[in-house]
Amino acid sequence: MLSRPLLRFVRDDKRIPFMRGRYIGLATSAILSLLSVGLFFFPGLKLGLDFRGGIVIEAQTQGPADFDRLRGALAEHHIAAAGIQKFGADNDVLIQLDAPSAGAAQEAATQNLVDTVRKVVADAQPGTKILRADAVGASVSRELFRDGLLALVSSLAMILIYIWVRFEREFAISAVVTLILDLTKTIGFLAITRFEFDLVMVAAILTILGYSTNDKVVVYDRVRENLRKYRSMPLRELLDLSINETLNRTLGTSSTVFLAALPLAIFGGHSLSGFATVMLFGIVVGTSSSIFIAAPLLLLLGEKRLRR
Amino acid sequence: MMYYNRLKMMGVLAVCLIGALLCVPNFIKAPSSTMPWRQIHLGLDLRGGSYLLLRLDRESLAADRLQTLEDGVKQVLLAKGLGYHDFQIDRATKTLSFAARDATESASAREAVKTLPSAAPDEYAVSEKADRIVLTLNEAALTRRTRDAITQSIEIVRRRIDGTGAIDPEITREGDDRIVVELPGISDPERIKKLLGTTAKMSFRLLAPGVPGPVAPPGASILTDISSHEPLAVLDHVEVDGADLTNAAPQQDTQRGGWVVTFSFDRAGAQAFAATTRANVGRRFAIVLDNQVISAPVIETPITGGSGQIEGNFTAQSATDLAVMLRAGALPAPLAVIEQREIGPSLGADSIRAGAISLLVGLVLVIVFMALFYGRFGLYANIALVANLVLMVAILSLFEATLTLPGMAGMLLTLGMAVDANILINERIREEVGKGRTALAAMQTGFERATSTIVDSNATAFLAHVMLFVFGTGPVRGFALTITIGIVTTLFTTLMLSRLLMVRWYALTRPTELPV
Repeated sequence: MLSRPLLRFVRDDKRIPFMRGRYIGLATSAILSLLSVGLFFFPGLKLGLDFRGGIVIEAQTQGPADFDRLRGALAEHHIAAAGIQKFGADNDVLIQLDAPSAGAAQEAATQNLVDTVRKVVADAQPGTKILRADAVGASVSRELFRDGLLALVSSLAMILIYIWVRFEREFAISAVVTLILDLTKTIGFLAITRFEFDLVMVAAILTILGYSTNDKVVVYDRVRENLRKYRSMPLRELLDLSINETLNRTLGTSSTVFLAALPLAIFGGHSLSGFATVMLFGIVVGTSSSIFIAAPLLLLLGEKRLRR
Repeated sequence: MMYYNRLKMMGVLAVCLIGALLCVPNFIKAPSSTMPWRQIHLGLDLRGGSYLLLRLDRESLAADRLQTLEDGVKQVLLAKGLGYHDFQIDRATKTLSFAARDATESASAREAVKTLPSAAPDEYAVSEKADRIVLTLNEAALTRRTRDAITQSIEIVRRRIDGTGAIDPEITREGDDRIVVELPGISDPERIKKLLGTTAKMSFRLLAPGVPGPVAPPGASILTDISSHEPLAVLDHVEVDGADLTNAAPQQDTQRGGWVVTFSFDRAGAQAFAATTRANVGRRFAIVLDNQVISAPVIETPITGGSGQIEGNFTAQSATDLAVMLRAGALPAPLAVIEQREIGPSLGADSIRAGAISLLVGLVLVIVFMALFYGRFGLYANIALVANLVLMVAILSLFEATLTLPGMAGMLLTLGMAVDANILINERIREEVGKGRTALAAMQTGFERATSTIVDSNATAFLAHVMLFVFGTGPVRGFALTITIGIVTTLFTTLMLSRLLMVRWYALTRPTELPV
């Protein structure tokens, strides 16, 4: 009968000396994060419609799209399309417009513009179907950005408070420092891949942080247990032991989350595949940072205090 | 940890069974209309439709209030025999100011305007500045007015949208000054936008006698005729107000072709209209909608029946829309569309397919992984995983929650994270076996030790996602909602159901070795 597991990541008695590579790990992470911060300023994130404001229209023409005609028709109405491009099939058109310049009537102008563009496109190529038409006014985009940031900051604060209450100070500090390193790398990844940064991406980043925290909590839980169990073991050895003991679990859970997010990245369509790809990146970063960053930081911070 | 009494066992199974039953309404039609048939709503991104975010114009509401205050102040001062001059409304500072006839009357005028019958007691503050008496609107009171206006507007918006025949529109309040309108299936919201963007304050007013010039005579304003673009000098005095209408309907004009809107007044309106038309035969009167003249016919005979018709170059649709607006009543203040999202039905169907395929493939991948890496206990984890999905759907159905594409992503990630608890338990049991414990003792300690870790890790995730739900907007909320529900169902299926399966297996076979 199907009973015993067929596969395993690492043998139970395997003891990998992770702490030996602690400086390499920390240095690599620091360099990557610094590079990411640089990427955040140049070229910066590509803001999505939610945070940028403006108009996005996806249309499907009957037969191949005639881009020159569409461009001409928009120009006739004095509409400067920031981008009109093919996406996917030959008859899929994506039109992006910036929000009309600021002013009292800005909101109304944005809303009128989207109606005009719809009509122009439908007239230029009869039979065109509008798949999606979004128009976000400037004041709304500012609010969405603020709300997104608020959600991010408050979640981080909750995580910090929780770990602080459940563990000792060293644990909380090294967890939050690790999370910030994870966060910066994710932002660097967004800057490189040019995925649009919008509300859904905020959710992706928060999920990555939540997942990464979860991973750290499990390792820390074991460290705390071992601190009580092996009263004379040096902290460095103890951390290695704890990581190795939880290694199969760490790899197992990362794999299942990775496997769950993978089909989303492949089949999720363009609205979710970016989200899922960022998640996949985050899972890899979050898992490796539990081993190579969070534990070494704990060693640096707690060598004196945790192990007298 | 290793013992389930009969009651607890039945309880766990009953929850799973009820969960399965709650999912049923999502897949088959209700056998009768009286049965409670709760199902998950599909979000607009999956179903196709339009989302509009409207904001009430607070400034114009404030300006309206200041105008009302001005009228109130004049009345009170007149009644007390006090003189006044030079009324000024400053929209930016939300103040109304005027000067008393002379300095001796200033104090009594100030005292007199402290309370007005037409305003709430704390609606404004009175002060004196450079010989002028200043009434400043109170922000808190204005916010209260805005909230009231939103409540009123929601009702009017609902009536207007119902008038267009839209199918299950959802109209909800958001914050103090906003309304969200969700229209499933409507793929061209332009008409609705126009319908909601019109205040529809209607009035019947006489034209000033004489030829209209570029300057309005006193007591009149120059308004433009919508169809002929002719400037008309319309008296400010309202003969009959649109609020006195009881009915309005579009009708085909059999004589001249085209469409007209017929209307009828209530008793007061009918009397006023009869009196006006009787006294002014031969003069023109204007039907004014939001400061534009729709039509300005000549009064040929007195209209005493309390009903009439508006001719104004209407099409079938514009006549219907005007009738809808007149029936629904005027909005207390203009509403502006500040965000619009529209998803075509075919894109929605694509998203459902993409979400469903991802969910299925993801589920299969996780199940295969667990079977390969955790054997028999992995199989139990998989049973719990399917139950987890069922329970998530059940809870979403029970609350008739809205499922969006990010929500489906949340479900999928929950499934990926859910087996974490099983992995933690299995790894613990394996460690205990490695230390040479008996099967029973290993399972016992494994469950005990793993439980605290499981609670810890899920608690952090739970807190983070509750925050996300509270502070998030739009797609983020749908995602946070399914994950938060998922964490609760995960704790149940892993700590109760999969453990129950493991414990029952142990009780039935009494193995000496564990399949870890």
